[in-house]
Amino acid sequence: MKEILGLYNYWVVIFLMMTGFYIVIARRNLIKKVIGLSIFQISVFLLYITMGKVTGGTAPILPAKHFTTGEDFQTFSNPLPSVLILTAIVVGVATTALALALIVRIHEEYGTIEEDEILEQDREP
Amino acid sequence: MPAAVTQITVILLLALLACTATTIVRMRDLWAAVMLTGIFSFLGACWMLILDAPDVAFTEAAVGAGIATVLMLGTLALTSREAKPPEHFPILPIAVVVMPGAALVFGTFDMPYFGDPFAPAHSHVMPEYMSDTVPDVRQIESHPGEPQDAHSDEHSDSQRNDSQDRGAHHGVGVPNIITAVLASYRGYDTLGETVVIFTAGIGVLLLLRGRRERRDVEEDGE
Repeated sequence: MKEILGLYNYWVVIFLMMTGFYIVIARRNLIKKVIGLSIFQISVFLLYITMGKVTGGTAPILPAKHFTTGEDFQTFSNPLPSVLILTAIVVGVATTALALALIVRIHEEYGTIEEDEILEQDREP
Repeated sequence: MPAAVTQITVILLLALLACTATTIVRMRDLWAAVMLTGIFSFLGACWMLILDAPDVAFTEAAVGAGIATVLMLGTLALTSREAKPPEHFPILPIAVVVMPGAALVFGTFDMPYFGDPFAPAHSHVMPEYMSDTVPDVRQIESHPGEPQDAHSDEHSDSQRNDSQDRGAHHGVGVPNIITAVLASYRGYDTLGETVVIFTAGIGVLLLLRGRRERRDVEEDGE
């Protein structure tokens, strides 16, 4: 029980991560693959953010007063995962945009975005 | 917000995240799959907000749920909207996915528990960043409620003065520590990020510019 309460966040993140991974390797449609990649990516962001949470803490913005009691917060969650992930989100969207542009180009050349049909066309002399 | 309400909200959010992800797997209509990806991203942003990372939540909601969805919808308009059904039962992909998943779950048993204030992630550089960024946080230790004897008190007093001096020299003066670390201490990361976005932008422009030129040529030919 203690493990479930303490580690459920990692398990949910691993489930989401593996779902994204499954879409990438099992689906033949290129847009579906990009969707799978972005699900995987969001799961990694969530993994980092859950590791930064401190019980009873609040967002690291100062000064922090409780909105009902008016007391000062003494505990803060870790700001460093947030800093890393802020950079990663924007880079992730940039790579997604590049992948989607490549898909548009592939569709123009082959007339399809299904991986097996593209490979078939490549095999034909 | 009472702890129980937060707990129920988090459980609901996580269940919704899992449902959305599994629905995306089975979805053949790409338009619906893209919209569900946007919803997935937004649900992730909600969880991040509960996990005390409002900056990341805003960015994820704007960039992940907003811009990425628009880009994908644009791609759908230029390509096709329907995915082909899978031909056979994917036994190999399931095996490939379950094995690393099980290994990762096994690995989590050594991880610090959720919300643990003594986790290694909170003990090394994090207090230093906190105290250097805003001099007022120097009293706030990463280990609340830790018993201190007289000797360690004296010791931490000298440390406090030290960090106060450093705070005076290096303090950023921005109330949001995330912004301070991102823009000041780790400014080069943001520069590198800008380079990546610039490169990706050039790549997208080159790939899509050719498209317009070819279409013009085709129209001239007719």
